[in-house]
Amino acid sequence: MAVLVLVEHVGGTADDVSRQALALARGYAEAAGQPLEAVLIGAGADQAAAGLGDLGVQTAHVAVHDGLSAYAPQAWGRTLADLVERLAPVALIAPGSERATEAMAHAAAIADLPLAANCIEAAPGDPATVTRLRWGGSLLEQARLHGAVKLFTVAPHMVEATAASAAVQTTVAEFTPALTDADLAVRVVERAQTDSGGGISLADAKVVVSGGRGTGSAEGFAPVEALAAALGGAVGCSRAVTIAGWRPHTDQVGQTGTKIAPEIYIPCGISGATQHMAGCKGAKRILAINTDPDAPIVANADYAVIGDLHEVLPAITAAIAKARGG
Amino acid sequence: MPLNILCCVKRVPMTGGRIVLQADAQAIETRHLGFTISPHEECGVEEAVRLIEQHGGSSTVLTLGPAEAEEQLRDCMALGIDRAILLLAQDEFDGQATAAAILEAIAAERAAGTEYDLIFFGNESADAGGYQVGIRVAHALGRPCATGLKSIALADGGLRCEQEVPGGRDVYQFALPAIVTVKEGLNLPRYPSVPGRMRAKRKPLETRTPVRPAAGVERVRLVVPEGQGTQAEILGHGPDAAPAVVEVLRQAGLV
Ligand SMILES: Cc1cc2nc3c(=O)[nH]c(=O)nc-3n(C[C@H](O)[C@H](O)[C@H](O)COP(=O)(O)OP(=O)(O)OC[C@H]3O[C@@H](n4cnc5c(N)ncnc54)[C@H](O)[C@@H]3O)c2cc1C
Ligand SMILES: Nc1ncnc2c1ncn2[C@@H]1O[C@H](COP(=O)(O)O)[C@@H](O)[C@H]1O
Repeated sequence: MAVLVLVEHVGGTADDVSRQALALARGYAEAAGQPLEAVLIGAGADQAAAGLGDLGVQTAHVAVHDGLSAYAPQAWGRTLADLVERLAPVALIAPGSERATEAMAHAAAIADLPLAANCIEAAPGDPATVTRLRWGGSLLEQARLHGAVKLFTVAPHMVEATAASAAVQTTVAEFTPALTDADLAVRVVERAQTDSGGGISLADAKVVVSGGRGTGSAEGFAPVEALAAALGGAVGCSRAVTIAGWRPHTDQVGQTGTKIAPEIYIPCGISGATQHMAGCKGAKRILAINTDPDAPIVANADYAVIGDLHEVLPAITAAIAKARGG
Repeated sequence: MPLNILCCVKRVPMTGGRIVLQADAQAIETRHLGFTISPHEECGVEEAVRLIEQHGGSSTVLTLGPAEAEEQLRDCMALGIDRAILLLAQDEFDGQATAAAILEAIAAERAAGTEYDLIFFGNESADAGGYQVGIRVAHALGRPCATGLKSIALADGGLRCEQEVPGGRDVYQFALPAIVTVKEGLNLPRYPSVPGRMRAKRKPLETRTPVRPAAGVERVRLVVPEGQGTQAEILGHGPDAAPAVVEVLRQAGLV
């Protein structure tokens, strides 16, 4: 009757979002009075499994199957559902990464159990109670989670990845899931490299300068690009811009675009719709530039300049050059 | 090869800059709001229309929602979808129940002689963000399913799809009939034309009323997260504010 956590790993160690999920799951397991166990899939799983003692994992189950060498979403889901059947845990918890979420949805479909995605709090019971994200985090939902086994994912970067108060000795146990041909029908057949153009990726940039409808046109991005270049940052935009065809969707910040976490975010001529803000919650500081002092972005920023971006941005870029020159 | 395509979309409010809840905290106050569908789903609809333009066949849009959701179905038909199915539901269904209602409609369509080769879902709904309805439908139908797709092409009677992952794109290849869930960026959806809007008014729309089962993820209440609307420090007006901005950048260690 354990609490079972899907742990994703890179280079033989659990990744950040999995550590966050384990931290939440540890609290859940303690409250339920159950041991914390993990399930790991894919190359390097053995090594990652052995390193989970600091995170309080008593038993780590490693899936061993030839079919699991390339990512196959339904096979991952079957692996989880299979283990749930063998162990009858009280809960199956996963990080809210795209892959883990996809695998959990497959497991939930196979086992015909409810699934709550992107939880930030959870307390055991029947039903369990969870708080989960709606609207990409702009709204929270408190819900009762039913089902013989409680299935939920933990929203990335919303829970602190703490270690266990006392390390335990992790037992590694291998198991072979029963996979069918159908489970392997959809799998990654090839990894196509995308040309990043040598630029800084939006998701990892320390500085992001974005333009919205207020730029007026594709050409209107020139002062946005100039400031981004001066700060060694990346250019972003709002959805109003991408649907007008002024910038590619890869530049879009928001709920259905890229989620950013820079040291400073500078949205220019962007009103600050909740769906845009859902993409920049991870920013340390927000400096808004907008003609309208009542725009929601001003209410949600740390700093604001009220004015026309076509006048304000060149002045800032020039002042930076001057400050560096002097 | 002519295709028969189904697109599933969900009516959601355009919330603007601030979310306001109804007094009972069960729903968003929408009296002054317009409605739309998720950008992911818009791209699914556009892709379906393009595939039918290229290969021939027929497209259907389906939603589970209130009677007012006819607006979103007509919007999709204005872009080129041929017909619509409205599953009437006043309250939101959870992911499991939504999948069940959609499956019931698909079974009824099958009984009437319509088999879908391809079914489009959004990667996640705009409001609930359950990340599951498409996958649940795929399982129940025993069909292959790939999610979060940014590129779809017909190849050798099957699909070649791409999914964005850190550092590249993962490619999947599988046979039809299949289920796909897509993301914004898959294509740039067209705007509806005036004749398109006129035609949409006359396109067929069927209505059914599914029963709402007990929810497995049962809402207790909605909560607007804290920290919304703490007013910014105004650094100045117009270009004169530049030195104050540089000071903020200096504090952040950027200048
Ligand atoms: C389900 C869903 C998902 C969505 N996902 C996203 C998403 O991922 N990302 C996203 O951005 N949006 C998203 N949206 C759209 C979002 O709701 C808004 O429509 C969009 O963000 C508006 O873009 P904007 O701020 O550029 O335009 P507007 O809202 O039109 O705002 C323009 C702003 O520019 C200011 N301005 C005008 N001229 C100037 C000037 N010369 N100088 C300075 N300021 C000026 C105005 O005062 C105004 O505040 C989504 C919507 C839905 C329903
Ligand atoms: N009420 C609904 N009506 C029609 N399709 C829906 C509904 N809810 C969800 N979907 C479809 O399922 C996808 C995923 O939803 P979800 O699992 O809630 O994130 C959405 O993008 C839609 O394509």
